[in-house]
Amino acid sequence: MTTSSLDLGAAYPRERRVSRFVSVAIVVVILALLVVFFVLPVLWLLLAPTKTAGELVSQFPLSFGSFSQLGLAWQHLASFQGGAIFVWLQNSAVYSIGSLILTLLTSVPAGYALALTRFRGRKLLLSVTLVVMIMPSAALVLPTFLELNLFGLIGTVWSIILPFSFFPFGVYLVYIYFATSMPRDLLSAARIDGCNEWQVFWRIAMPLAKPVVGLIAFFSFVNNWNNFFLPYLVLPNSEQFPIQVGLNQLLSSTPSFNPVAGKGLNITSPELALAIIIAILPVLVLFLFSQRALVSGMLAGATKE
Amino acid sequence: MTTVETERVAALVTSKQARRRGVPRRRAGLAGYLFVSGYTILLIVFGIIPTVYAVYLAFTNDQGQFTGLNQFVKVVQDYRFGPAFLNIFIYLVMWLVLVIVLTTLVAVILRARMKPRLAAVFRFLYYIPGALAGVASVLVWLFMLDPNVSPASGLLRALGFGSFAQVLAPANLPVILVLIAFWTGAGGWIVVMYGALNNIPEEVLEAARMDGAGPWQSAWHIQIPMIRKWIVYQSILAFAAGTQLFVEPQLLQTASLGRVSPTWAPNQLAYVYAFQHGDFNGAAAISIFLLALGLIVAAILVTRSGLFKVDDE
Repeated sequence: MTTSSLDLGAAYPRERRVSRFVSVAIVVVILALLVVFFVLPVLWLLLAPTKTAGELVSQFPLSFGSFSQLGLAWQHLASFQGGAIFVWLQNSAVYSIGSLILTLLTSVPAGYALALTRFRGRKLLLSVTLVVMIMPSAALVLPTFLELNLFGLIGTVWSIILPFSFFPFGVYLVYIYFATSMPRDLLSAARIDGCNEWQVFWRIAMPLAKPVVGLIAFFSFVNNWNNFFLPYLVLPNSEQFPIQVGLNQLLSSTPSFNPVAGKGLNITSPELALAIIIAILPVLVLFLFSQRALVSGMLAGATKE
Repeated sequence: MTTVETERVAALVTSKQARRRGVPRRRAGLAGYLFVSGYTILLIVFGIIPTVYAVYLAFTNDQGQFTGLNQFVKVVQDYRFGPAFLNIFIYLVMWLVLVIVLTTLVAVILRARMKPRLAAVFRFLYYIPGALAGVASVLVWLFMLDPNVSPASGLLRALGFGSFAQVLAPANLPVILVLIAFWTGAGGWIVVMYGALNNIPEEVLEAARMDGAGPWQSAWHIQIPMIRKWIVYQSILAFAAGTQLFVEPQLLQTASLGRVSPTWAPNQLAYVYAFQHGDFNGAAAISIFLLALGLIVAAILVTRSGLFKVDDE
């Protein structure tokens, strides 16, 4: 499949045949191995819930079990702690979307102002943003926990949403976007026509910024959805867990990974695999649908300096 | 809410001069502050205050008394401190080498030797596991590494791993973590590297071809040097991400039934300090070590690589 479409022969007529063959062979082997490495676990995961825990061991790893088994796994999972997984999913949605909205409301105007307006402290703010963006944020999780504790926010929705909505990377993306691809004359023209600063931002800049807003929304949502450390620390009750922390609890309830605690529960490997699929589904769907826009957006961010 | 205020601001600063020049320098001053206000508050509350608070904790004891470097000395002398930093050091070296070499190589191959359509298919396939970051990726790999259920059980057995317990031996942890990180992260980097390669003007490559450079030679002498900036950028971000390990070793620890140390990574050690010993000062000292490491790297990135420009004019 790959060899036929490799674009070699015509371009390098002088290359010796042998060396070209070796060259092609190396390329094919590397690419094929990587495809197996990246795709095989995903395929396995998608097939796992259709089999029983026993069949997972005895049958060919990439075989399909049955739909009835999938239904059974679903029933077991849904009845775990009286439907805890639905509560976790709902929590994840509230946390992720809540902080996504706050992120967009704060980071888009900030990136715009950093790129296209001048005010005292602009350089400082930009430099601090860059440093914080690259700083290992996990190192700040403990102090953030203590700070939230100080304000009595531990265990509330805000203890997740507020820290999540701080997203310096988003500010930087908007900044780069406006600084490189926004014609300043356009803004000047709007001002001459009598637009105030708010109107310039909302009527002129925003419509042109749709790609970058989409990009930030994507990154922010995926980050929030996948975040584990902070919710793990600040949320004491299972009813407040996001799905990621819930998965951790499921793992400790699976007999194959925790024989002691897992006894007597219906959570086995297929149920765990199904839970993983459900947990990643929103992000996976986003990935599949926004792949094209995402790649071009990442490149816009990547190639303009 | 802001509309009213900005209008007033704009009216105040509108002068004929500014209007003629059309430069936002003066008049946008106050509006600029309003635009950045929300973000600045978040930056202060969740970026600066935690940092300052961590520094304060690290230099005091639980009575709030200044203790100089005592907390740092205490955690460094902890028998778990050295191994934790050594663990992530080994992990980081392996991860950086693998991710830089392989993603660059794959991007070069996809760019130079394949029709764009087909290259897009490959990039997408490599990119899919990116959706499974965090907990999900670790759980998937728990299955992949269990010789009983893994589709690669033949390979695992050939390597001498007959049981899940053998695979999860503490000595294997860096390799396992590298595998997981590469699986979820490499696809995104291949996309970025491919984009950077795409930016190289076709004439440059054409000229190299005319001079008789083969595809490997032009990759080594032209393409890779031209995307060097991006390789630097990638290595530093990958480094920063690598120092933050928490979920991954934590879950592997659970799954290994306690044979992997619960303080494998520095973040875990800080966690144990804070929530098992109730020693927030010691935990803060460990966080400061990690922060310092990250900040040094960040400073190098911002000042040396020239990738981040604070001034765009």
